Amino acid sequence: MLRQLLAILMALLPLTAAAAPMGFEEARHLLNRTSFAANVDDIESFAKLTRAQAVDQLLAWTGGKVGTAAPVWINDFESPRRLRAMGEEERKAFQRQLAEKGAELRGWWLTEMLTTPSPLTEKMVLFWHNHFVSSLQKVRSPVLMYRQQQLLRKHAFGNFGDMLHDIAKDPAMVVYLDGASNRKGQPNENFAREVMELFTLGEGGYGEQDVKEVARAFTGWSIDPDSGAFVFRQPAHDAGVKTVLGRSGNFDGDAVLDILLAQPQTAELIVTKLWREFVSPQPDVAEVKRIARQFRDNRYSIKVALRALLLSDAFYAPQNRAALIKSPVELIVGTLRLFRFETGEVTPFVLSARQLGQDLFAPPNVKGWPGGEVWINSASLLARKQLLERLFRAQEMRSPPPMAEAGGARERFVRALLDIHFDGERWLGQFRPGEQRLTKVVLAADPAGTPNSSAQGVDRLRELVLDPAYQLK
Amino acid sequence: MNRREFISAAGAATVTAWLPGASSAAVPAAAGRYDNLLILLELKGGNDGLNTVVPYADADYYSLRPRIGIARDQVLQLDAAAGLHPALQPLMPLWQSRELAVVQSVGYPAANLSHFRSIEIWDTASRSDQYLNEGWLTRTFAGMPVPRSFAADGVVVGSAELGPLAGGGTRALALTNTDQFLRQARLAGGEGASRNPALAHILKVERDVTQAAANLGSGVALRSEFPNTALGNALKTAAQVIASKAGIAVIKVSHNGYDTHSGQLATHQRLLKELAEGIVAMRAALTEVGRWDSALMMTYCEFGRRPRENQSGGTDHGTANAHFVTGGRVRGGLYGLPPALTRLDGNGNLPFAVDFRDLYATALDRWWGLDAATALNGRFPPVNLLRG
Repeated sequence: MLRQLLAILMALLPLTAAAAPMGFEEARHLLNRTSFAANVDDIESFAKLTRAQAVDQLLAWTGGKVGTAAPVWINDFESPRRLRAMGEEERKAFQRQLAEKGAELRGWWLTEMLTTPSPLTEKMVLFWHNHFVSSLQKVRSPVLMYRQQQLLRKHAFGNFGDMLHDIAKDPAMVVYLDGASNRKGQPNENFAREVMELFTLGEGGYGEQDVKEVARAFTGWSIDPDSGAFVFRQPAHDAGVKTVLGRSGNFDGDAVLDILLAQPQTAELIVTKLWREFVSPQPDVAEVKRIARQFRDNRYSIKVALRALLLSDAFYAPQNRAALIKSPVELIVGTLRLFRFETGEVTPFVLSARQLGQDLFAPPNVKGWPGGEVWINSASLLARKQLLERLFRAQEMRSPPPMAEAGGARERFVRALLDIHFDGERWLGQFRPGEQRLTKVVLAADPAGTPNSSAQGVDRLRELVLDPAYQLK
Repeated sequence: MNRREFISAAGAATVTAWLPGASSAAVPAAAGRYDNLLILLELKGGNDGLNTVVPYADADYYSLRPRIGIARDQVLQLDAAAGLHPALQPLMPLWQSRELAVVQSVGYPAANLSHFRSIEIWDTASRSDQYLNEGWLTRTFAGMPVPRSFAADGVVVGSAELGPLAGGGTRALALTNTDQFLRQARLAGGEGASRNPALAHILKVERDVTQAAANLGSGVALRSEFPNTALGNALKTAAQVIASKAGIAVIKVSHNGYDTHSGQLATHQRLLKELAEGIVAMRAALTEVGRWDSALMMTYCEFGRRPRENQSGGTDHGTANAHFVTGGRVRGGLYGLPPALTRLDGNGNLPFAVDFRDLYATALDRWWGLDAATALNGRFPPVNLLRG
């Protein structure tokens, strides 16, 4: 009898905790955090996997080729030199073209987010876009911004150190943080400060003198105005001795980056940010240190850090479920993907994301979108709800919304709205009437509002997406 | 009235009277203090104070700024040492009518040169080495609540970040367009509570929307015109909120783009023109609705810029800065000290003469009749720039 019991216990042992199939609720949580939204079929199939199997599966799917065709102009750098030779009219046309390319670039990315088989890939590219921030507003070259994103894609799950070295030489970054005008004699401190404060050490991890010395090390890192390629200008470089974080030598930029990478704070800063993105708004300091050590010990392998986070107990802790607020892009892409909206042109959704506070390729400043509760204020919450209401009210989509832009863009916008189709009854066909799973698939937490008992079908769905809990992930 | 009712009624009346700072005769009554409106104008990115209020008689200024210095014959002279950037011409009538206070060398000890950290210091009114979670106005309203009959404690226009109104239970409303807000407000439910902090935040915003919508009137047509700029539109929204007669204690409006690391001259010229035209339009609108005398408008930002220009025709992050305060009861003139260009620190930055919390103390103590020390975590002398 006792022996039998022991045998049963032994058999159960490896199944406990992390080794057991994760079940519907954990699968829903994992998929929602690592994609934009999870549909019921995916949740069901992931529910049968262990946590480790599930996470490894998600990571194995990452890093594939972009399926959406790139804009045709990506090899045609908009050299500022061309501008100089232009007349007034020509210049205006050039500026218009830049704006159109910017819109196309945003639409290209949003389309990829809507269609990719690996949403985690796009979430990580977006994460790095919000870490190594550059903005079209200042860079003014859609070509350079496209190239920068290719760089972020290349390293998104790779080696953080390699990414840092590459981003420091990335032409869009060089323009964005004024590297091009950082010359020997009178350095421009913009990049030097932000590379330490925001990209690696964090505020307080360096002194004002370090900023000055680091700026000297990066002097001469510039771009070729004709090709838009990175160039090192030897005569503009200050080859003298610099002292950075207490170490002296005639460092160049790469040597400085290696010094920054050798600091434990750098790994901790990145893991803290990943925590806020994937786990909860309140990072657990001890856990961050543990994962940061693994991150550094594995030569800054981003995959290792992400895997550790997604397998941590904190990730699955009940208090961390539904603890995060969806970003505008997550809300929009998640809604369109989850409910299988058919869309024509994506431009209206690019504009919606901007209106909700997340203009792709144009974060508000070098610190990026602050995220979390800042996403939700009275203006943005109402705009979110209005967008959702409009999506779930087919008849109202026949009239143009007030947010449409003037001129051609407005017409395109209206036409695009007419192209949106949602087959609510068919979507609801996945569920038996009154089934609890419907609420669990749509909402990360219990509804905050009292359901209207008479609401049925699409009306019930609209009620669910307008519930405050729909803003959570 | 039984004894218990009497005690609680008396208590409600006396608690406010006993609050420090509320005893002076000049202080408005508890319910009325927030009828004095505070308007904060944030110059996001760090305005270059030296090219805003130019020390045109100081030779050091021109040697530090050979390319971007504002020529002596261009400045609008305020006195024998200070002159405004020519793009600020629209402000000159306010200066002449002595309603514009110019406060020079505003800063704080051990200045931080990071945008994000320094604005956090300003927004939370902390020391340089102190990390606080709540904005200085949030602390103020926690100590002396804004009447519930007000539509909101504060309104933020043109920014997603609540700044000095962040954290705590402040009823802060972010607005872009009043009419649109009122049309959409029906989408907010405003019921329920939650122990999930993220959900609790969303529910609070819904309640704030519902309450504000119930109090904000719509369709106020102002005759005053606003410039067709982002700042002009934001100020117009602010003016409409004020004109609707809904109670609001604070309005914060942001003006973006002051981080002028390169090619500063043209950018700064445009920004200051927008700023001056915006302030003047706001004055006209406030006068139109009879609020100019009960409005106090002040600029603020994270820091000033470095005295020595950089190689890119721009300026890097600095410290002490010049700020404007205006309103119907402002005593115009120059306050603080001229920039001490001969006493730059090791980074080449200016020393400060007026702590930014002195300006906050002016608003709290002199404008609202509150004990500023509580909200500011210490005693700061108000700047004597208000008429009695």
